[in-house]
Amino acid sequence: MWKWLHPYAKGEAAFRLLGLWQPWLAGLAVILVTVGVVWGLAYAPADYQQGDSYRIIFIHVPSAMFAMGAYTGLAITAFIVLVWQIRTAEWAIAAIAPVGAVLTFISLFTGAVWGKPMWGTWWEWDARLTSQLILFFLYVGVLALYYAFNDARTGAKAASILALVGVVNVPIIHFSVYWWNSLHQGATVTRFGETLMPASMKYPLYISILGFMLLTAALIVYRLRNEILKQELHRPWALAQLGVEKHHGV
Amino acid sequence: MIPRRKKRLAWVISLIVGVAASVALILFALTKNIDLFYTPSEMLEGKGSQKVRPEVGQRLRVGGMVVEGSVQRNPETLEVSFRVTDTGPEVTVLYTGILPDLFREGQGIVAQGVLIEPTVLKATEVLAKHDEEYMPPELAEAMKGIQHVNPNRPDYTGSQPQQSQPKKPGTNP
Repeated sequence: MWKWLHPYAKGEAAFRLLGLWQPWLAGLAVILVTVGVVWGLAYAPADYQQGDSYRIIFIHVPSAMFAMGAYTGLAITAFIVLVWQIRTAEWAIAAIAPVGAVLTFISLFTGAVWGKPMWGTWWEWDARLTSQLILFFLYVGVLALYYAFNDARTGAKAASILALVGVVNVPIIHFSVYWWNSLHQGATVTRFGETLMPASMKYPLYISILGFMLLTAALIVYRLRNEILKQELHRPWALAQLGVEKHHGV
Repeated sequence: MIPRRKKRLAWVISLIVGVAASVALILFALTKNIDLFYTPSEMLEGKGSQKVRPEVGQRLRVGGMVVEGSVQRNPETLEVSFRVTDTGPEVTVLYTGILPDLFREGQGIVAQGVLIEPTVLKATEVLAKHDEEYMPPELAEAMKGIQHVNPNRPDYTGSQPQQSQPKKPGTNP
């Protein structure tokens, strides 16, 4: 496996491989997010208790899931950066963190908008809400550290240490609603063998979740390719990619 | 693996294990402080291994189900009182203000306020909880046989007969 994977540590190979995935990821993501969100917001039945207000779940749950999913990916990348010191992995830190931060912000914002009419408050210092806010700060911290040093490699290493230390927050977010008394309800989607939603609500939610997964992946791929190109701009392949001939003195 | 890498791997793994262990210990030590609320049983019987009971005058939150038929309103003002329960003991909550839309008898709520008697809370804020189940109204009726009654509805016939309760527009879509 390592033999197969190793060539992709090189910027150019990774750039080309991601280029093959990019259109599929982006195309499917747009289709699935559109179908899932429109189905959920416009066609799924209203809830027996919450009426139409519950519909924000079709955005809130997928964004929260992949806020945590992206963080797990960030932590794995950070692990690779610290142990193997691969430059492509360092650039991936910069590619993943902003996407995750935006997803976390969306989940916090939609949660507040949902919480006001249903619970009666925008915000409560509840275990689930607080741990998700900490996730947002972790993302911001990773980004700040990454760009805080004159030497980019030092920055990547510092950001990786923070990303790796912060990964303990991910299980805390997930289990917070079971470990403590909280205002936030338990998970609807990740409990197996139980039907907590009828099919008419479940399918649009699953489609939306799949769509957000692909959208997250597509955005990360876009950003990583961009970053590789930017960092390798002194190499002939990158210039050729941009259609620029390398002249002396450019 | 080259020794330099092996050394780094060992460092990184010990970092993760160390941080996870210390966070686990911190959270374990803080358990009762992270809970958002006391349940009525915890208020009467004490919470945690030390059976800490809240004192009169303490600011706290209590969370539980609103007891069926316990909601009493003052028709002249926004004063409302109700009892909450979990597995037996009941706590009375007094509140003045507008209740959230999801507030119903049988609904889970969290009330924040000051304990004025061992089982009476004067609340400054009442929040409604909801569970992780979602379903269309027809299905809820067929499956559970429950029809959630909103005490704000004009046809509500709870413990107190409906008097000239001013109906808030927009609460029942």
